Order: sequence, then C-alpha cells, then structure tokens
Amino acid sequence: MFNRIVSGIRSIGHRVIESIWRLGLASRFFMLVLLKSGTSFRRFGLVIRELYYSGVLSLIIIVVSGLFVGMVLGLQGYETLQKYGSESAVGTLVALSLVRELGPVVAALLFASRAGSAITAEIGLMKATEQLEAMALMAVDPIARIVAPRFWAGVISMPLLAAIFSVMGIYGGHLVTVIFIGVDEGSYWSQMQSAVDFRFDILNGFIKSCFFGVAVTAIAVFEGYNAPPTAEGVSGATTRTVVTSSLVILGLDFVLTAFMFRGVS
Amino acid sequence: MQRTALDFWVGLFVLIGITALMILSMKVGNLSVYNTSQNYVLTGHFENIGGLKVRAPVKSAGVVVGRVTDIQFSTQTYDAVVTMSLDSRFPFPKDTFASILTAGLLGEQYIGLAAGGDEVMLKDGDKLMKTNSAMVLEELIGRFLFDKASESD
Repeated sequence: MFNRIVSGIRSIGHRVIESIWRLGLASRFFMLVLLKSGTSFRRFGLVIRELYYSGVLSLIIIVVSGLFVGMVLGLQGYETLQKYGSESAVGTLVALSLVRELGPVVAALLFASRAGSAITAEIGLMKATEQLEAMALMAVDPIARIVAPRFWAGVISMPLLAAIFSVMGIYGGHLVTVIFIGVDEGSYWSQMQSAVDFRFDILNGFIKSCFFGVAVTAIAVFEGYNAPPTAEGVSGATTRTVVTSSLVILGLDFVLTAFMFRGVS
Repeated sequence: MQRTALDFWVGLFVLIGITALMILSMKVGNLSVYNTSQNYVLTGHFENIGGLKVRAPVKSAGVVVGRVTDIQFSTQTYDAVVTMSLDSRFPFPKDTFASILTAGLLGEQYIGLAAGGDEVMLKDGDKLMKTNSAMVLEELIGRFLFDKASESD
C-alpha cells in the first residue's frame, strides 16, 4: 500500500521533470534555429520554396473556411440581432469577431493541421531515413539548411493567411446578409467602419497571428527534429504537433487577448 | 517544380496576403479617413458625460465630423473635460451648441453639434462654451416620479 503511494508520487514527479526537460530542450532548439537562420536570408530561395509548400498550398483551405465561417457568422448574427431590431450591426459583429479572434485563431488552427503536420512529417522522415546525418557528414548544418527555412516560411505566411481568412469571412458575411437576406449594404460597411479601429483591432489581430505563426512552426520543426527515427515515432510526432500547437494557440490567444483588450472600451 | 513557377505562385500568394491586409486597414478599418484629413481640436466642459467613451463619434446633423480623443476630470470646476478632434473641412461657428446624445434607446453615446449663427469660427484649441450634459435614465425616471407624486397631492 505504502509502496504504491510512493510509486504514484514518483511517476507524477517523473512526468513533471520530463516535461520541464522537454520544454528546456524546445527552448534551446528554438534559440539554435534563430541563431542559425542567417543562411535562410542569404539564400532566400530556400524560404521561397517552403513558402510555396506551407503558404500557397494552404490558400485553398484558408479561403474556403474563411468564406464559410463568415457566412455562418452572418447568419447567426442576423438571427440574434434582428430580435433587437439592430440587424444593421451585423457587419460590425462579423468584422470584429473575425479580425480580433476568429481570423488569427482559426487560420492558425488550420495552418497547424495543414502545414505544421506536413513540416513535422517531412523532417521526421528525413531523420528516420538518416538524411539529416548524411547532411551533417557533408558539413551542411541541417538546422540551417532544413529547419530554419521552414520556420521562417511559416512565420511569414501565417499573418498573410490570417488576413486572407478575415477578408474572405467579411465578404462571406456580406454575401449572406446583404445579398441573400437583404440587410442594407451601406449600413453593413459603415457600421463596420465606425466600429473597427485600425490600431486596436486590425493591428492587434495581426500581432496575434505573428505570435501564432512563430508558435506553430516552432513546435512543428521541434517535434520533427526530435522525432524517434521510426515509422511509429514520426506518426506520434505528427500527432503531437497538431495537438500541442492547437492547445498552445488557444492558450496563447487568451493571454494575448487579456493583454491587448483589457480595459479597452 | 520549376523555379520560375514556384516564384510566381509565392509572389502571387504574398500579393494576395498584402492586398488582404490593405483591404482590412482601408475598407474595414477605415484608416484613410483618420490620416489624410487635417484636424483641429476643441474642448468642452460637461456636467455629466454619462457613458461617453474615448473614440466616440462627434456628429452634426447625423454626419460624423470628428471623434472624442480624450476625457479628463477637472478638479477646478468639478466637471468632465472632453477633448475632440474635428475634421478641418468642417468649421463651426463660435456659438456652436454641444450636447451628449444617445443613438437609439440603448445605443452608444455621441456628441451632437448644433451650429450657431456667429460669424467667428472656432479655431484649434478653442473651448465650446455652450454644452448640454448626457441624459441619465435614473435622473429622468426620478424626476418623472417626483412630478407624478406632486401632481397627485
């Protein structure tokens, strides 16, 4: 009985120590990527290639989901607002919720599952097939040549994807509420313009998406680079990338929102 | 994939992204109205500003002519000092009447300007002399009940 309690406590301690150790490893890896990212700016072609894979190929999912999220927001917002006779404020509702929250967060979640998982799987498989070791043997630093360009491509494409998501959502809401339901077009845009502020809303949303871009790609490259070099290990690392980055996005979103919108009327 | 095709798609992606940011700031955030026009600043003392907030619109005849930029409490006169920035395309006469109004029954509060007949126009940094406080719902109901009670006596 007593031994069982001790071993239970021990297993908790072991898990905590291991997760802290892993966090430290991740931070050291992150610093290493930052230190070695000189190459990706000198040879920008590497980053452009990765921008194609993580940015351009994510466009379809971002555009379509943005459109549908905006359409649903427009429908639901209209349903609720018309009870209070203020259906003309639906533009404000759609724009504010997209620009402040849904644009950065949903775009980052989609990006994590579309591009983050691909980055992890690619790097993990390179490690499993000993391509990274081969590179190191040829005196090519795999972090500078493989990891850093993928990291920077993700950091660059994330804010752009979030902005595209928000714009598509606003036009999706416009499609449903103005064209299908018949809310006045002028009040849709003008109420939106009077409520959305450049600095408070758009700039803060942009900053949020930059943070998410760094978080998602840093997690993706870390999990890929530290994946056990087996088929099972790579699949586990890919799963962990999606789960961890989704949780980090949502947690980080709360913290950033608390800092940005506290006390702002 | 061919290098030129790759460059093309990435360039297109970055252009679309930047266009989206521009649409957000120009069309949705209405950034152009803030910066391109010249502004002049007026202050006004109000006994009670109700729920007026910084960035609330300043309207005349229902048209937005400026925004509230600052709200302070004055310890000399014990009232609220509201600073507002107005578009200099819209000059107002010296005896303009400023009152705090509410959009709809429960809507946001804004400052309504009613132009007077003075020949002299307000300049940058001037003070609005004629102001009217916000209508506070509790005071209004209280006054109404008081009137009713005194009627029935």
